Amino acid sequence: MREFDYRRADDVAGAVALLDADPDARYLGGGTNLVDLMKNGVETPTRLVDVRSLPLDGIETGEDGAVRIGATVTNSDLAAHPLIRDRYPALTQAVLAGASGQLRNMATVGGNLLQRTRCGYFTDLSRPCNKREPGSGCSALEGEHHNHAVLGASEHCVAVHPSDMGVALTAFDAVVSWRTADGAGEAPLTDFYLPVGDTPHRETVLPPGALITHVTLPPAHVAARSRYRKVRERASYAFAIGSVAAALDVSDGVVRDARLALGAVASRPWRARLAERVLVGAPATAEYFAAAADAELAAARPLPHNGYKVTLLRNLVVAVLTELAEETSR
Amino acid sequence: MTVAPQRPVAPSPFGTAHTRVEGRDKVTGAARYGGDIPFAGLAHGMFVLSTVARGRIVSLDTAPVLAMPGVLAVLHHGNAPRLTSDYVGMMGVRPDPTAVVFQHDRVPHAGWPVALVVAETPEQARAAADALAVTYEEEPHDVTLSADRPDAYAAEGHMPGVTEKGDLEAELAASAHVVDEEYTTPEEHHAMMEPHVATAWWDGGRLDLVDSDQGVTWVADELTRMFSLDPSAVRVRSEHVGGGFGSKGVRPPQVAAAMAAAEVGRPVRVTLTRRQMFSVTGYRSPTVQRVRLGAGPDGRLRALEHTSLSQTSTVFEFVEPSAGVARTMYDAPAHRTENSVVRLDVPSPTWMRAPGEAPGSFALECAFDELAERSGIDPIELRLRNDPKTGPVSGLPFATRNVAACFREGARRFGWDARDPRPGVRRDGRWLIGTGTAAASFFAGALPSTAAVTAEADGTFTVRISASDIGTGARTALTLIAADALHVPAKRVRVHIGDSDFGPAGIAGGSMGTRSWGWAVAAAAGELRERLVPGGELPPEGITVRSDTTQAIAALAAKERHSWGAQFAEVAVDVTTGEVRVRRMLGVFAAGRIVNPLTARNQLVGGMIWGISMALHEEAVRDAASGALYGGDLAGYHVATHADVPADIDAVWVDDHDPEDPVNIKGIGEVGIVGAAAAVANAVWHATGVRHRGLPIRPDRVLRAGGPHA
Amino acid sequence: MTPPTSSSTVTLNVNGEKHSLTVDHRTTLLDALRDRLDLTGTKKGCDHGQCGACTVLVDGRRTVSCLQLAVASEDREITTVEGVAEGDRLHPVQQAFLDLDGYQCGFCTPGQICSAVAVIEEHAAGWPSAVTADVRTEAGPPPLTTEEIKERMSGNLCRCAAYGQMAEAVARAAAEASTDTAVTEGTAA
Repeated sequence: MREFDYRRADDVAGAVALLDADPDARYLGGGTNLVDLMKNGVETPTRLVDVRSLPLDGIETGEDGAVRIGATVTNSDLAAHPLIRDRYPALTQAVLAGASGQLRNMATVGGNLLQRTRCGYFTDLSRPCNKREPGSGCSALEGEHHNHAVLGASEHCVAVHPSDMGVALTAFDAVVSWRTADGAGEAPLTDFYLPVGDTPHRETVLPPGALITHVTLPPAHVAARSRYRKVRERASYAFAIGSVAAALDVSDGVVRDARLALGAVASRPWRARLAERVLVGAPATAEYFAAAADAELAAARPLPHNGYKVTLLRNLVVAVLTELAEETSR
Repeated sequence: MTVAPQRPVAPSPFGTAHTRVEGRDKVTGAARYGGDIPFAGLAHGMFVLSTVARGRIVSLDTAPVLAMPGVLAVLHHGNAPRLTSDYVGMMGVRPDPTAVVFQHDRVPHAGWPVALVVAETPEQARAAADALAVTYEEEPHDVTLSADRPDAYAAEGHMPGVTEKGDLEAELAASAHVVDEEYTTPEEHHAMMEPHVATAWWDGGRLDLVDSDQGVTWVADELTRMFSLDPSAVRVRSEHVGGGFGSKGVRPPQVAAAMAAAEVGRPVRVTLTRRQMFSVTGYRSPTVQRVRLGAGPDGRLRALEHTSLSQTSTVFEFVEPSAGVARTMYDAPAHRTENSVVRLDVPSPTWMRAPGEAPGSFALECAFDELAERSGIDPIELRLRNDPKTGPVSGLPFATRNVAACFREGARRFGWDARDPRPGVRRDGRWLIGTGTAAASFFAGALPSTAAVTAEADGTFTVRISASDIGTGARTALTLIAADALHVPAKRVRVHIGDSDFGPAGIAGGSMGTRSWGWAVAAAAGELRERLVPGGELPPEGITVRSDTTQAIAALAAKERHSWGAQFAEVAVDVTTGEVRVRRMLGVFAAGRIVNPLTARNQLVGGMIWGISMALHEEAVRDAASGALYGGDLAGYHVATHADVPADIDAVWVDDHDPEDPVNIKGIGEVGIVGAAAAVANAVWHATGVRHRGLPIRPDRVLRAGGPHA
Repeated sequence: MTPPTSSSTVTLNVNGEKHSLTVDHRTTLLDALRDRLDLTGTKKGCDHGQCGACTVLVDGRRTVSCLQLAVASEDREITTVEGVAEGDRLHPVQQAFLDLDGYQCGFCTPGQICSAVAVIEEHAAGWPSAVTADVRTEAGPPPLTTEEIKERMSGNLCRCAAYGQMAEAVARAAAEASTDTAVTEGTAA
């Protein structure tokens, strides 16, 4: 690890000013990903600006019913919060499916969205990786890629976004807000991540020096009946090989509203809008759930060793939607 | 002067639960492991490992690194002292050149130690190691093991490479039921929780070393030879060890620390990072195994062939002897086994928990399950019909052979008799349910050891032995063995271990530790008890009796000596997601006299969980392009977590006694894993109707294989 | 702005004692505890948040100290395994680990114990887990089944795999901590 300067920010304006002055500086939240990457030499900041003391650790409801989650709220606090558990249960489930109790106590909402891929080539400095070193090549294409992307990838990068939380937030139309020295900005999470294209090292629309201040969940009646299912290679404490966040509103056997997002399939949490379009207005049956999954996964472009993900995600979507439909009709 | 104890005063402590004698230290954090002991003036060493898989070091740009803050030295092949490596050590093998660091410019595999940076602080050492620029002349490499390697050759490791008798093809042709299948197991790593660490310093001409090892005698012997020292000039201590599983012998940290301490003239600690552990501390080779079984209509074997191909490095021949298990377990008129290896540009593999038996039993015991399926004979009945009376290859009598007793007891406890043999017909919600079984065995050997037992003037007893407690409970077991031999309560016995100055002793490995050390301790303690005169007075320094089991071990009659077991597993498989969960597991073992049931059950179940982990999770992925591991850390290499282990898991044991054996204690470190992965895999077949002949049974593989109602 | 520095003086509040230290900014809380304060009960298993051996309590919450920078730990109350007991009296979790053989090599044990102490508190606070069937508040707090314990403890690897004994130990300690807590056997899968 390279030597670095350390500052603790007391307010948002101060934090933004400290980072703006130094393009090689990074915000330090929980550090669960950043410190890890610094130890591996993937991140080499000259300065860390510690934002954990900022007053961004609240979860509040606005008059419009939206839930505003501060960027430094820890995963644990988010998952345990009554508002989240009752109104967006899939979000609680997604957060609890990620990492470990210790890491969830440390990690923050803002950091979760900005965490980097766990692709083993990205974290191995001796291997080519376009995301880490633009133009060096992608080792995964011809190498190990059984847990790489099947949707939205390019020949430059096939890494997946590792977040569980992000999958549920994406399903629930979360909006990310940030501050820069010049002002403020926001973007829906579905537009927050950039397409991979030939610039896999550029991951989000955040302007340089921007600090995520909060994430807002608009009110969504449908989210109260939602579920997150994650499949991984051991029962706990592992990243997903496939996951689904889903919400379903069914009446008289017909889907009135649906939210669906997929995890571990793309460089970002994947909102399944094509599937949602098939679902809404359709009978709440496994046949239509499968048709919805197929509509979304038709665009899948598997590599030689990750084609199973298409089957996995199709089966997961059907299983989760079926469970939700059964719950609704009970 | 005090009075020697009256005897007999205490019943044997064997067979009742005893908490660990060092337990309080372990739960309070007071137990000091290899990297926990403070030293004044300690400097820190960090390895630099090669990034190429084959080639030559052209240059190391040490000057900028030496100018970095706190850097004291950079050791590499250009400046390191020359070591001796032309010897055969106490384990009967030459040293793995991986440990004999910095002797030449060749790079035989990715992650080969090319330099050690020594600095004042760990942070400085790490930063400097990261900054060291090394240029290589890279050569094409080959790291791919496959069944059809023309360069594979039959090889001896600790056993003959090939055994054969009878006409295999003729017996197979005459068999009513034949199984001919290939089974594969991946590269697996020990992944003990404590990284390898060593702290060395030189006091005059004497090398003192504190490390984390599985045998201080072993490590001291190797360092003595490598550095051409007098045996009395090396002391190795290792009091608490955070797991070993075969990997904690002589590794680069001890050798590099000794070199560096001489170079900088102060104590130097070398700790491996987790990622470094994945390339310089050994691993279990992947295997490609073929099993051919031929049986008559009654299921009795006419032919058995088990071949196993494993890989080794270009600098060291290590054989994973997976076919060896067939030499113990089953006989047939035509019987052939072969262990072969191929040399690749990969790190040297080594012993890992039940070397040979763990992967070998997966292939053989799955093949037996397939034979049961094809012959319509119950898997347990099939094994009972093929339980040999003498060693299939050796022809020697078995000291004990209790496979049948384990199966009978296990079948009763597990409810095997009610099992419907049909696969793919039980469902619980989204899960398909199945059960499976497999046999287990592991060689019960002993290594010569010395021990000293002292009757102290205060009425207590002190045992000193160069034993090693890597989590086995050996320290507690030896306390009980001494108390039993002395006829005193265990609380009056103190056991000191992990110091090579206590005299030579065997290693914590090969399930030989407690048998070997217990033998020496019992011998010394028994003789001491004879020498103590009831009511007699003890001198202030007490009375010490020493033992050496070398002759007693050599005098053992030639027999097949093993521990035995039967494994049972129930699994749930969701073929739509590929998830497999073990719901219940039972192991029944026959392993001599169980000294401490509390720790024995723990260790046996721990082995069974290794079997779960091997069956479902563990796989080190070697990247063909780089020759290095992909994701070589504890996030990439999955070992079982708490959540992967069912609440309903247990190990029990049956009587296992050889009236001619002087100790009747066997090691139990390895038999617990043997057959466990096969039992899980056989249960997966029973659940789904699909055979998984390659491990681990990962979700992607289950999904690809499909199943009923998939 | 003050010029950049690569080290700072911080006050670490560990097990109720304050220590003033000048630390390299790269120094993790784990290394500061072990190398500077000689509190070596906390172990380094992977140094990357992948094993849980370095778990300590920070402001009462379990934390992997390998990913927590020492410089960022000022003004936090840190409890290590050395500070869990009350004097000579072991914490119920420690006593249960000792009595029920909830370890083998013991290297992961300090992290497991710190984690278990927090697991019991998190459960008492009503936190759900990934295996809680219904996470909505109306469902009430989940009973601390074996399955719940195992999921909640899964951030602490134990390669010796003394998992069954640890689950028993956590259940026993939890039951002692609260007679209201129903401890029942769960099933996997």
